[in-house]
Amino acid sequence: MNKLWKRIAIGVSALALVFAAGCSSETGVSGDTVKVGILHSLSGTMAISEVSVKDSEMMAIDEINAAGGVLGKKIEPVVEDGASDWPTFTEKAKKLISQDKVATVFGCWTSSSRKAVLPVFESLKGLLWYPVQYEGLESSPNIFYTGATTNQQIIPAVDFLLEKKLTKFYLLGSDYVFPRTANKIIKEQLKNAGATTVAEEYIPLGNTDFNTIIAKIKETKPDVVFNTLNGDSNVAFFKQLKDAGIGPDTLKTMSVSVAEEEVRGIGPAYLTGHYVSWNYYQTTDTPENTKFVAAYKAKYGAERVTSDPVEAGYDAVYLWKAAVEKAGSFEVDKVREAAKGIEFKAPEGTVKIDGDNQHIYKKVRIGEIQADGMIKEVWSTPDVVKPDPYLKSYSWAASLSSN
Amino acid sequence: MEVYLLHLFNSLSLGSILLMIGLGLAITFGLMGVINMAHGEFIMVGAYSTYVVQKTFMDYLPKSWFDSYFIVSLPIAFVMAALFGYLLERVLIRHLYNRPLDSLLATWGVGLMLQQLARTIFGAPNVAVTSPAWLDGGLTVMEGLVMPYKRLFIIAMVIITLTSMWYYIYRSAAGRRMRAVMQNRNMASCMGISTRRVDAMTFAIGSGVAGLAGSALTLIGPIGPSIGTYYIVDSFMVVVLGGVGKLIGTIFGAFGIGFANTVFEAWSTASIGKVLVFLCIVAFLQWRPTGFVKMRSRSLDS
Repeated sequence: MNKLWKRIAIGVSALALVFAAGCSSETGVSGDTVKVGILHSLSGTMAISEVSVKDSEMMAIDEINAAGGVLGKKIEPVVEDGASDWPTFTEKAKKLISQDKVATVFGCWTSSSRKAVLPVFESLKGLLWYPVQYEGLESSPNIFYTGATTNQQIIPAVDFLLEKKLTKFYLLGSDYVFPRTANKIIKEQLKNAGATTVAEEYIPLGNTDFNTIIAKIKETKPDVVFNTLNGDSNVAFFKQLKDAGIGPDTLKTMSVSVAEEEVRGIGPAYLTGHYVSWNYYQTTDTPENTKFVAAYKAKYGAERVTSDPVEAGYDAVYLWKAAVEKAGSFEVDKVREAAKGIEFKAPEGTVKIDGDNQHIYKKVRIGEIQADGMIKEVWSTPDVVKPDPYLKSYSWAASLSSN
Repeated sequence: MEVYLLHLFNSLSLGSILLMIGLGLAITFGLMGVINMAHGEFIMVGAYSTYVVQKTFMDYLPKSWFDSYFIVSLPIAFVMAALFGYLLERVLIRHLYNRPLDSLLATWGVGLMLQQLARTIFGAPNVAVTSPAWLDGGLTVMEGLVMPYKRLFIIAMVIITLTSMWYYIYRSAAGRRMRAVMQNRNMASCMGISTRRVDAMTFAIGSGVAGLAGSALTLIGPIGPSIGTYYIVDSFMVVVLGGVGKLIGTIFGAFGIGFANTVFEAWSTASIGKVLVFLCIVAFLQWRPTGFVKMRSRSLDS
């Protein structure tokens, strides 16, 4: 019996060796296909958000393949599960680049997962497309950021509120890097505008009791709650806020991590009338978006909704395709060089890659949540906003970008 | 003044929620000694059962009936979670009595499987449960002091669950058999009690109560595949602090933590508050390792 197992083990490992050797020939480009990696959490707590982004990326790949592929080659996605665990992300990123030899990777959601794979992409000379809004202050030559940086989401949102004469801010966030950095920026911005921060509170990730926080909000009487809570805490916060008798007629909230998908999970009844800030909504009125939403629903079900990160993931695939075609090659360095200034008619409108920091030019839109779960745009920047991850163009932000 | 009253109400409310999620574990871990890491997932099963009942009401039954869905969902959540618990006991845990570390790992794995199962069936994103209209709003006691009906409902629910559990364990024949088995398995078995059946029933009831908790939690929290992980630590904390093996201890544990958490959080921040609560618990367990209430039984002498 034992011997049999040993033989099987030897057989399997021999097979694995042959397989690995077969894979390591040259690049992911072989025959008429090119391999790309998709690296998202398909299990664990982050699956709640990342699965939809994976879906839209796969949809873009299918569309491109149906239209003839890239440089005459069909895209072959290699999907890996980061499992909401940062070391797993690192390991899978290594596997995708060195073993599968993928031409590029689309993936990650949390900043922690991006920071975990960043050194891998830099040392192995890979290329990552990151589709989510984040806290800025980063610009790696091996990453393209297709979500918003702070000056394309948070700063305009604060401007919008100040314009509405809401000047007493209550800053509420989950206790990790994005909310803390965002609030640092907001505090400087408010100081500069002569507005006040009445309190700044952080909740451990996954916390679901907001009684005490709501009591504090009642005590400090802010004009607006700037909400950087992430994930499930939002559900508990909005449900309990409404139960405490606080609605958008008495107190506005501005959220930067609540999109259509989250609205559906919280229940629109709890959110109607509250503000959010993004670059894209399912209701965004462009011909590209009508097509995009219809295709997404046709592929994944009528009850599914699109959201900002879902769209940014979709854009990323097309931007990569455009860069590859301009470069005439799948090589990372050439693609990166060619990507500068590339434009794509995205569902959110035309977006453009900034050559210096590899973020993209985007329009900023403030939305109000409707009773049907959709988000209505109530304000937007007149034109696309130049990405500025280090906030160099804001004089009041000088102390922030230094560290 | 009303601020203090509000904090007092908030402590009571948090305590009742903690007690709700701890009660099931007080049976499976407290009485049976099974370190059940899948307890949180039974809460999840209860929450999803409520969601399914709600959806059924929405899609198939007249609109005027909708508000009663929640009452219907409670027994269904109980039965669903109890079923899962019964299965888990029969298939797995039965083989792992007296092997606490093995059961810890095995139930952890089962928990992961249940999470992934929920993800496959219901999708990864959260689902929404709209609470019935009669639970919206709150009781205004005075200016600045509103008691949301949902919170009051959960407090009432805890009282009812607790009373029925007490009655079952200490006043019914089945409860007597259960206590007999937990205290002295061999003796009980000699007296003709089917210990296997009692084990399975007890575990199922404990799991069922977790399902009830899940149903209640849909009123105030998220419903998603990973919600179990948010509550598992708290529920163990409540049971350990209260004293393993005694229902009354669990009550002390839950309200103790509820009160401490609210006061510390109001006084500092949510993160610091949580740290202080844990520090207090550690200090308390140093002083009284058995928790608030000590279990007096000869079976634990060994």
